[in-house]
Amino acid sequence: MEKIISGKTINVNEEGYLTGFSQWDKTIATEIAKEEGITELGPRHWQIIDYLQDQHKKEIPLSIRKIGKSGVVDIEEFYALFPQGPLKKATKIAGLPKPASCI
Amino acid sequence: MKRIVILGAGTAGTIMANHLNHEIDKESWEIDVIDHRQEHYYQPGYLFLPFDIYEPEDIVKHIKDFIPKGVNLINDKAEKILAGEKKVLMQNGDLIHYDILIIATGCNIAPEEVEGMNGKEWRNSVFDFYTFEGSLALRDKLRKWEGGKLVVHITEMPIKCPVAPLEFSFLADSYFKNKKMRDKVDITYVTPLSGAFTKPKATETLSHLLVEKNINQVNDFGIKKVDNENKKIIDYEGREVSFDLLVTVPTNKGDALIERSGLGDDLNFVPTNKATLQSLEHPDIFVLGDATNIPASKAGSVTHFEAEILTENILRYVKGEPLKEEFDGHANCFLETGNGKALLIDFNYTHEPVEGTFPFPGIGPLRLLKESRMNHMGKLAFRWIYWHMLLKGTHIPFVSTTMQMEGKHF
Repeated sequence: MEKIISGKTINVNEEGYLTGFSQWDKTIATEIAKEEGITELGPRHWQIIDYLQDQHKKEIPLSIRKIGKSGVVDIEEFYALFPQGPLKKATKIAGLPKPASCI
Repeated sequence: MKRIVILGAGTAGTIMANHLNHEIDKESWEIDVIDHRQEHYYQPGYLFLPFDIYEPEDIVKHIKDFIPKGVNLINDKAEKILAGEKKVLMQNGDLIHYDILIIATGCNIAPEEVEGMNGKEWRNSVFDFYTFEGSLALRDKLRKWEGGKLVVHITEMPIKCPVAPLEFSFLADSYFKNKKMRDKVDITYVTPLSGAFTKPKATETLSHLLVEKNINQVNDFGIKKVDNENKKIIDYEGREVSFDLLVTVPTNKGDALIERSGLGDDLNFVPTNKATLQSLEHPDIFVLGDATNIPASKAGSVTHFEAEILTENILRYVKGEPLKEEFDGHANCFLETGNGKALLIDFNYTHEPVEGTFPFPGIGPLRLLKESRMNHMGKLAFRWIYWHMLLKGTHIPFVSTTMQMEGKHF
């Protein structure tokens, strides 16, 4: 389905995940974050978003456990930054598909 | 003589041994199955044992009774897979050479992964029902339990049979009603997922059932620890759920053999091609059942469908032909909803469970994603099918290996 975010039309699935990463940019990320109840994306958020996008590019499956061991962020902080389901929120904001570990 | 070695004589390994025994040219191939255990457990029975629906003897038989004549059962423990050398090192020092290796070592619970789960309350007020011992201990606990807060909990995904914790909650509701003590029991279902199940349409139906049965639901719960002193589970955001009886599904991990052999991911699952079931790293290794990392449910029905496709692919591999990319993640599961009823769900990698009829489009007799007594009879009948048909690799009539699209309301 189509959705308009800050004047741009993007394609998302029924759960709100972008269907193609090419439509993603930082403005879209900020707007999705607001919808998810995160009013501002700080430097730590962006570091994690970068990391998730990089892992996805390398086709490494994402899981909270792996992210906790990555050295980028520990699980506690990950939850603090993206409360209530950090992985599914962080991937949605990063423009990535919902990870298999959430399925 | 060339050799196929199957590691593990559980559901997956046993079905493969039976299939290959029929299909492969025995003039040039020997089949060995390695498993150190003596017993074969009907794992779906672990769900019924705590509620006194099944007795232990209903669900335990000898491994050797299901390994066909003509297949060599090695009743010893494997220490390490030496993938580069095409050998399995046994604990007794023997080296077994293979031309093709099939990994069917399954998965196990790992309560030690969560702080305090394995603590002093383990099997006092904290139980699992994913092992025979755990399920039996829980039966004894429930027989004398006088009520209080029952918390049914999933630690993290993936787990074997993702519907089992829901079924456990539904059956608990029935069990306490029958014991005329439902008013003394408060049931809460705690999950790391955002809903009752992993797929949206089934989640809708199942959430409705939870409400109907007066079962509370706590979603998005990422457990950090079990507090044994105060009998609470606490998540990473500081949320707490107290319990008098915690029935948890601990983290599921692949076998330690996979870790010792350096063949697994961080949960010891073997990276596997999700359509061909060949190992991503070693072309002469194939993987099926709970041991793989493929994004399908870890369930006996999935293994049964995988085994049919894997057998064909092994025959192709032997002849040097390209493998068939056919496995679609097909799962077909009865889901107990209590009070003598069950749901049936049928789904694959791309299609979530929906309403419809099964196995005959438009006719049934089984209805998909709807509660019925007929589905419950199906689930009970399945134990017979398991022992007498499924393990032996007999094709189950009318049930197709890949998912059928007709008769379903997408």
